[in-house]
Amino acid sequence: MANIISDETIEYVSILAKLELSEQEKKQARKDMARMLDYIDKLNELDTTGVEPVSHVFSVNNVFREDVVTNSDDSQNMLKNAPAVKEQSYKVPKTVL
Amino acid sequence: MDVLNMTALELSEKIKKREVTVEEAVKASLEQIKSVEKTVHAYVTIDEKGALKKAREIQKKIDEGELTGPLAGVPVAIKDNMCTKDMLTTCSSKILGNFVPTYTAQAVENMEAAGMIILGKTNMDEFAMGSTTETSAFGVTRNPWNPEHVPGGSSGGSCAAVAAGECFLALGSDTGGSIRQPSGFCGVTGIKPTYGTVSRYGLIAYGSSLDQIGPVARSVSDCVAALEVLASYDKKDSTSIKREDCDFTSALVDDVQGLRIGIPGDYFGEGLDTEVKAAVLKAAEILKEKGAIVEEFDLSLVDYAIPAYYTIASAEASSNLERFDGVKYGYRAKDCEGLHQMYKRSRSEGFGEEVKRRIMLGSFVLSSGYYDAYYLKALRVKAMIKQAFDRAFSSYDVILGPSAPTTAPKLGQSLSDPLKMYLGDIYTISANLAGIPGMTLPCGKDSNGLPIGLQLLGNCFEEKKIIRAAYSYECSRNYEAPEIAASEAGKVVE
Repeated sequence: MANIISDETIEYVSILAKLELSEQEKKQARKDMARMLDYIDKLNELDTTGVEPVSHVFSVNNVFREDVVTNSDDSQNMLKNAPAVKEQSYKVPKTVL
Repeated sequence: MDVLNMTALELSEKIKKREVTVEEAVKASLEQIKSVEKTVHAYVTIDEKGALKKAREIQKKIDEGELTGPLAGVPVAIKDNMCTKDMLTTCSSKILGNFVPTYTAQAVENMEAAGMIILGKTNMDEFAMGSTTETSAFGVTRNPWNPEHVPGGSSGGSCAAVAAGECFLALGSDTGGSIRQPSGFCGVTGIKPTYGTVSRYGLIAYGSSLDQIGPVARSVSDCVAALEVLASYDKKDSTSIKREDCDFTSALVDDVQGLRIGIPGDYFGEGLDTEVKAAVLKAAEILKEKGAIVEEFDLSLVDYAIPAYYTIASAEASSNLERFDGVKYGYRAKDCEGLHQMYKRSRSEGFGEEVKRRIMLGSFVLSSGYYDAYYLKALRVKAMIKQAFDRAFSSYDVILGPSAPTTAPKLGQSLSDPLKMYLGDIYTISANLAGIPGMTLPCGKDSNGLPIGLQLLGNCFEEKKIIRAAYSYECSRNYEAPEIAASEAGKVVE
């Protein structure tokens, strides 16, 4: 049951993943993904009918607390990490071309 | 008095008795870093100035009786995926190569509050994705026992640093074995506690439902004392668990009388190195001689843990790593036309090969049309694996096995075949899927002189049973440090 990954699939997945792959990387990604999915298909040997999917092993509930401010304004320090800053804000390239 | 040969607990004791100063301990660690780091390369960042300044502050607090804890004054290292305020935190990735957090991870804060001093940040597989520390963007870490071999991963830097005497304790994180496997490869002791025991606040997320922080040390006692410091309920982590039983050091007793130890026959089949097998079974024999009831059983589903794990972990990674977009921090590609191109190019240039591979796989298994067949299927298998452990722990207190099928592979042999590398995680990965605690400690060496790791798994919230078994076993042998500490010092390996 070998998986064959098409160019279209890689194209679509790289849009979802927000990655720009070179031709070489795309070729490799097709190969890698097909091989990994062949391996993951092993899970189909197991009959999981009636088994509830478990995302967390313990029951996880939303944790609520009062919305109280505990920190102070740290924007100056946070902006130090920004690749580009303009007027105390993050600067990005044009959003509408 | 050789400070470096002390355990963390011994050191802190001597500091309190004024036989050693905190500054002397920090300086000794920094000297050791200087002499072996060229060979080992365990650190991404070394904060010499900060550590020396902190040493004086901590000394004062100890002298004034303000800090009395068992690990006060101990120099430690932190894996570079935990945020440290004003100290570079890179995840060993180009995309975070210049990232300086404005806050500190809760686990690291706990260590600091207990009087430990941070020497620096340790190397790792990029975003903790890898089993050898070779996917780091800042060069490989070498195994202190033999620099031609990997230290394991992803917490390879932390484990190598502890083994090479470059710190007394270190923090690692474990998503699929990233504390336990490198601990085994480097001959040190590491524990991954029950999911939710240590706050993940400030840990840069990989697979959030699997990630758990834990300590790496040279002895079971050091490791457990550190775990006691780390464990705390944290409102800032919604998966944090309120536990009343975090007095882990109370389980440091040399007594396994009546402890039921199960050896999963399916952990000892094809693929397991014969020397590893012999050493692990010998450890079981020693525990049996000490009064434990040792039996073989079938855990089942062992072969399904890896495919389930890589589906779930990649899915969570693809979502968690969406935040790295070049806007607020980290790497940004130059000369981009428009916002969208900037996102794509920054990520493509900033992430390494293994990270991109997992983001692609994760995006695929979560995409419409495949979500049920892959992602939900994996979550159902995860439920079955948890049930298999529940069954096992109804008969046994502790599950004993190897931490990896082999000892540390040579550098450069693993990355060319990712799937083969993933298979090396077979004994560690299911603990993360089931949320259970696991500990690795040394149990001998192979004929090449490389350490062999013994892994003990326990049921959720039953760390104490593992600790009892680990401590009892450790009492039967002496800690061995790699010779690099003396003879290989300063030697540069090409």
